[in-house]
Amino acid sequence: MAYPYNPPDYFGIDELLSDEHKIVRSSIRDYVTRSIVPIIDQAAQQHTFPSHIIKELGALGVFGPFIPETYGGAGLDHISYGLIMAELERGDSGIRSVASVQTSLVMYPIFAFGSEEQKQRFLPRLATGELIGCFGLTEPNHGSDPGSMETTLREEGDHYVLNGAKMWITNSTIADIAIVWAKDEKGVVRGLIAEKDTPGFSASETHSKWSLRASVTGELVFDQVKIPKEYVFPDIRGLKEPLMCLNSARYGIAWGAIGAAADCYNTALQYAQERLQFGRPLASFQLQQKKLAEMVTEITQAQLLVWRLGVLRNEGRATPAQISMAKRNNVQMALQVARESRQVLGAMGITGDFPVMRHMMNLESVITYEGTHDIHLLITGADITGINAFE
Amino acid sequence: MKILVCISNVPDTTTRIKLSGDQNAIDLSSVQWIINPWDELALTRALELKEASGGSISSVSIIHVGNAGSDATLRKALAIGADDAIRVDAAPTDAYAVAHEIAEAIKDKNYDMILCGIESSDYNGSAMGGMLAEFLNMESVSSVSKLEIEGDELKLNREIAGGFEVVSATAPVVVIVQKGIALEPRIPSMRGIMMARKKPLEVVAATGAEALTEFVHYTPPQPKAACKMIDADNPAELVNLLHNEAKII
Repeated sequence: MAYPYNPPDYFGIDELLSDEHKIVRSSIRDYVTRSIVPIIDQAAQQHTFPSHIIKELGALGVFGPFIPETYGGAGLDHISYGLIMAELERGDSGIRSVASVQTSLVMYPIFAFGSEEQKQRFLPRLATGELIGCFGLTEPNHGSDPGSMETTLREEGDHYVLNGAKMWITNSTIADIAIVWAKDEKGVVRGLIAEKDTPGFSASETHSKWSLRASVTGELVFDQVKIPKEYVFPDIRGLKEPLMCLNSARYGIAWGAIGAAADCYNTALQYAQERLQFGRPLASFQLQQKKLAEMVTEITQAQLLVWRLGVLRNEGRATPAQISMAKRNNVQMALQVARESRQVLGAMGITGDFPVMRHMMNLESVITYEGTHDIHLLITGADITGINAFE
Repeated sequence: MKILVCISNVPDTTTRIKLSGDQNAIDLSSVQWIINPWDELALTRALELKEASGGSISSVSIIHVGNAGSDATLRKALAIGADDAIRVDAAPTDAYAVAHEIAEAIKDKNYDMILCGIESSDYNGSAMGGMLAEFLNMESVSSVSKLEIEGDELKLNREIAGGFEVVSATAPVVVIVQKGIALEPRIPSMRGIMMARKKPLEVVAATGAEALTEFVHYTPPQPKAACKMIDADNPAELVNLLHNEAKII
């Protein structure tokens, strides 16, 4: 069962949002209540991505909300993007991941680094969900050190040839196109768009996951894949640009995690007020109050952190290190809230009747992908000391 | 044809209503506001009719009586798809005052059909639509759960005891709608929200219509009694409690 969703706003953060932000939030919240909450447990239990929602998400405009209207986006600001991610993740991290990847890892690089022809060709159809994209950076042997990637891009006459494999790719088998990062003959990282129907391009799904069960994760394999020259990003040389994509995604995750946390807290609070033990509500016991009070405190801090980060990002001033700190802090917070909420619910917490265990298992992925928990700490460490500990 | 939809701004239905200390006002400090659900369905149906009309319905407008705090609700209605909005700048004190203000604001605008929700989910007055029709000297049909346009005629299903009746009407008319008028309210898309920025929201001065009623005080409902669980294998205990404790059998 799902309780009515009343996320906490302990410090009146709503007052920091514009009317437009609130409309964005309520639209996505209504959609999630209507179309995600009723189906998500079954989808996760059956390890199935509910693919019918892609067109709905496209019509709603959650793909590329900050991309300009001329390319099919909505032209909204980054706080709106964050609110959308939080509301989607209230439904499920897997659903939010689909929108994150489409927006930050596929549409954003095409918009930021693509040629005008690439933008016109792909962005409007990605915005509606007619096309789905994925992002290939991580490899089987290279996760936190993408600079060591082995995938290659070789120039051969009027085209390039792509060889290699990418791992842990959200949307792998449902994607029509992939944004792929590969090294050229000089060992320089290049970015390109690969279409799935190209000979030599294959995708598979990773089965038996205990996390993000309602979204597709898998592998991409490139075996002598011919890439037209006009599908390569013209001016990309190095890792800076793919990391810019990750910054955009990590920013959305910092917001998104709050949605999962708020759903868990909302569930735990209402359950604790209803459930009687020893003739009293669970919520009347000090140890349960401690859990709930700490949860709302942590969620409030996370809300303030992303609101400020959103203001900075709107002004073009949010640094990668700030985004890393927010992603790390908020995902860890959400995972802790999910675990504590699971305890408040007792045995009921492990069932699919409540969303808590599903969020908890999802967040075990979220804390690792888009830069692991440890790597983000080292990014902060490098930023404050000036010494990079992982190169 | 021009359609007008009357919009009320009401607390979200999940809001826990708190009263002020003297119980004669509602504490609005932490209320989330939404479009009255019946009005939202009316707007949805109006937009469906417009889209299916092949251009014969030229516009769907909205009107609201309220202060500037309602503008977010009106922007949401514009994001859903309304073409323009009018806000009469006055607190909505009672149905009579609201109907009077709306009638004055639109008397020269020649709307062909005016849609109102049958009630608002906050005060459930159910009086505004009928009063508005009287002020405008227009026909009205209430409890409408289905609305179709066939040529120059409106076909309306009215909910009545035991079923519904089908009536026809011609414009201009006030249609007071019930649930069922549209399947589900529309959710604004992100592009709709951006487009709403550019749509006109006209604020007009109120005429100062006075309310005919006033709220004296409110009484919250009795809190729910604790639930008593009875073993499924012990129906005698259930009968005993219903007879001797609840005294209902």
